[in-house]
Amino acid sequence: MPKLTVNGIEVEVEDGATVLHACEEAGVEIPRFCYHDRLSIAGNCRMCLVDMERAPKPIASCAMPAGEGMVIRTDTDRVTKAREGVMEFLLINHPLDCPICDQGGECDLQDQAMGYGFDSSRYEENKRAVEDKHMGPLISTTMTRCIHCTRCVRFATEVAGVPELGAIGRGESMEITTYLEKTLASELSANVIDLCPVGALTSKPYAFTARPWELNKTESVDVMDAVGSNIRVDSRGAQVLRVLPRLNEDINEEWISDKTRYAIDGLRRQRLDRPYVRGRDGKLAPVSWDDALGIVAARLKKAKPAAIAAITGDQCDAESMFALKRLFDKLGSGNIDCRQDGATIGGARAGYLFNSTIAGIDEADALLIIGSNPRIEAAVLNARIRRNWLATRLPVGVVGPQMDLTYDTETLGDDPAILADILSGKAKFAAKLKRAKKPMIIVGMGALARPDGAAILGKAHEIADTYGVVAGGWNGFNVLHTAAARVAGLDLGLTPGRGQMDVAGMYKAAEAGKLDIVWLQAADEIDADRLKDAFVIYQGHHGDRGAHIADVILPGAAYTEKDGIYLNTEGRVQYAGRATFPPGEAREDWTIIRALAGRMGINLGFDSLDELRTELSEIVPHFADQDEIKSARWAKFGGRGKISSTPVAAALDGFYMTCAVSRASETMGQCLMALQADLAQADQAQDAAE
Amino acid sequence: MSIDARIADDQPDSFAFTRENEAEAKRIIAKYPKGRQASAVMPLLDLAQRQHDNWIPMKAIEMIAAKLDMAEIRVLEVATFYTMFNLKPVGTYFLQACTTTPCWLRGSDNMMRCIKDRYGISSGETSECGRFTLLEVECLGACVNAPILQVNDDFYEDLDYASTGALLDSLEAGSPLPVGSVTGRSGSEADGGATTLQELKPAE
Repeated sequence: MPKLTVNGIEVEVEDGATVLHACEEAGVEIPRFCYHDRLSIAGNCRMCLVDMERAPKPIASCAMPAGEGMVIRTDTDRVTKAREGVMEFLLINHPLDCPICDQGGECDLQDQAMGYGFDSSRYEENKRAVEDKHMGPLISTTMTRCIHCTRCVRFATEVAGVPELGAIGRGESMEITTYLEKTLASELSANVIDLCPVGALTSKPYAFTARPWELNKTESVDVMDAVGSNIRVDSRGAQVLRVLPRLNEDINEEWISDKTRYAIDGLRRQRLDRPYVRGRDGKLAPVSWDDALGIVAARLKKAKPAAIAAITGDQCDAESMFALKRLFDKLGSGNIDCRQDGATIGGARAGYLFNSTIAGIDEADALLIIGSNPRIEAAVLNARIRRNWLATRLPVGVVGPQMDLTYDTETLGDDPAILADILSGKAKFAAKLKRAKKPMIIVGMGALARPDGAAILGKAHEIADTYGVVAGGWNGFNVLHTAAARVAGLDLGLTPGRGQMDVAGMYKAAEAGKLDIVWLQAADEIDADRLKDAFVIYQGHHGDRGAHIADVILPGAAYTEKDGIYLNTEGRVQYAGRATFPPGEAREDWTIIRALAGRMGINLGFDSLDELRTELSEIVPHFADQDEIKSARWAKFGGRGKISSTPVAAALDGFYMTCAVSRASETMGQCLMALQADLAQADQAQDAAE
Repeated sequence: MSIDARIADDQPDSFAFTRENEAEAKRIIAKYPKGRQASAVMPLLDLAQRQHDNWIPMKAIEMIAAKLDMAEIRVLEVATFYTMFNLKPVGTYFLQACTTTPCWLRGSDNMMRCIKDRYGISSGETSECGRFTLLEVECLGACVNAPILQVNDDFYEDLDYASTGALLDSLEAGSPLPVGSVTGRSGSEADGGATTLQELKPAE
């Protein structure tokens, strides 16, 4: 651990740290453009120059390894002058268009020019101009502003794993572009917008919408997947204008997926903003809350408890699920299910959590993926697997369809019978699992959301036992969910008990005319046709599949419009904040249930969100521990039955449109179209080649 | 020059190495350790350029990327970084004129002017007859005999306005002058002939 002096302050840094790290350790801020903690070191902007004793000229601190006994000064005239010189060079070809630039107000170049820039320019020649590049529907480019830090190139190559961005030409004619100006084919592509220290890459859907200082910033949690990425929701008035990542080393670091960032325009479209009731003519007609609740209350009172059921959706907050469960308990019905995809999970917590934690991926030395495509189901998590693969060539075996996960994988086939071969050691990949000290298994919904899912889970449990996946403080057995609400739902016990109906049972009962009422709480990933014979109460925020078959619509709030607790796939308890109010007459979901209970004369035991949360944490204590994971004891779970030979398929059939919000999003629609166009073009090229 | 202008609009539909070049490519790739085949990108680009009328089509870039297991953009980066790689058709005689400081001090402007006067072309342009393409390049590394004009693979040195004209005449006639200094000096010896080590005889 080298010791060095920075401006007279002695600091000790880790082996392999750079002078820049040492300066930060000493509390000295170093200006930089190209350097980024999570990317490789380029050393090409030269802004981080510092003085080193006995060095003839200033050194680039980001690229200089910290050495024992170095004496660094950052406050000399020479350093200031050198940085001013670098800044002057950078500004030579940078346009003075800050007033019309979307980066204005949150621009590294603008900020640092305040510290190191001159008040006037000595440059009288023509500035260079660069043609803008096409990078797809998310990234807007103004390449004249580019200062060639190459952060975007390094991000695409290293983190996203799609080496499509590059710097072509050299010197003054250097330009950043994709090969033949293709759309950047990554689920993480828009992170280059955050990385860009200037306004060269800015957000296309957000273009010219707002200045950063006009926005209300709310800390929240993403619900587009089960990773639970930490986000900041920027809103103005009633509108959510953009979503940015928040740093959380244990979950998303500082990345978020494109869907997390851009599905939000779906929050403005197809919204249910007032209660509706289906009239005798079969059409939904707007009614008052009073009437809507009256009808629901009357129906529920009349129905037999065994003939009412509820399905909760994939993005519900824990509070509303808890309120609904409490209501159904009071009504005497246990027909409630949070697994609308029919996943056969529940019971022992170790059987449905990402036990190793997401950060645990960094330690794994062999990975078996069963029925999951982490690239589209959890793009940020996939980037972590890729990082491990880059560093250690992590062997990854995949049971499922052939797919490109941005790292090398061994496709073991999509026949579930391969699991038995792995268990017996017959499959080649078994040897790699055996050798591994910290083997990891990720089981996805592609393997669990099928009738024999419990048996597959059981088989995975056996594999885990056989190969030491759970041993000595390491638990590498992971379930990767696709639904943000799933773990909270399972923790709250939103699964039917013996003799009660799960989702499949509800379908059957509805078709047989034995289901009087089904309550859909923002549940849209269902086979709506099979439920339509029942009286459908839809409580949710979007006019999607569920609302189409509804007899009564109770308009609720989307995830940015309510305070809520979400548990990600690890079981980490996270509190999301409300950024805006629900539109029109829509209400926060738990209040709807509370109002209905009041109407029916049922006491749910809470009258405010605080009381609800207190009640909730009395029943499931770990819900009170914000940002904590209550780890699960290794236990028995899964079934023993026969595993069918149906191929293990993908849980999601695409990345961009997977929920009511993203289906309503124009931006996601454009992404999907761009992707399809690129695929069609690639196909054509392939055909031509053949 | 912007990048778009440096890449030909008309591209062939396919590109493949000839049999001999395929074998040569294999030999080149074998020179590098396993997993480091990407190092062969420059020799392979050169090979493709020599096979394809002194310019590299995009299909060749894609072919080389596939062969070396590189991303296409990485190969394009290399091909656009070096001025020696042409990404659009050039004339039979590809003239690379050095105008870096030593050549410029020794009169590279005159050399450039001569070419401009004869064919009306500036850097990056091809003459109307289609036989000459001029490119202004950075130091060619032969400053001692400045100024230099590189014609395809060969250096012509010590050029002035008149001798540049004579050189171009010889190229047009299809019988190029001998390679090297046009003043007739041997290698880079002093202008008026050798001044030292005169007692040494060249080895028989």
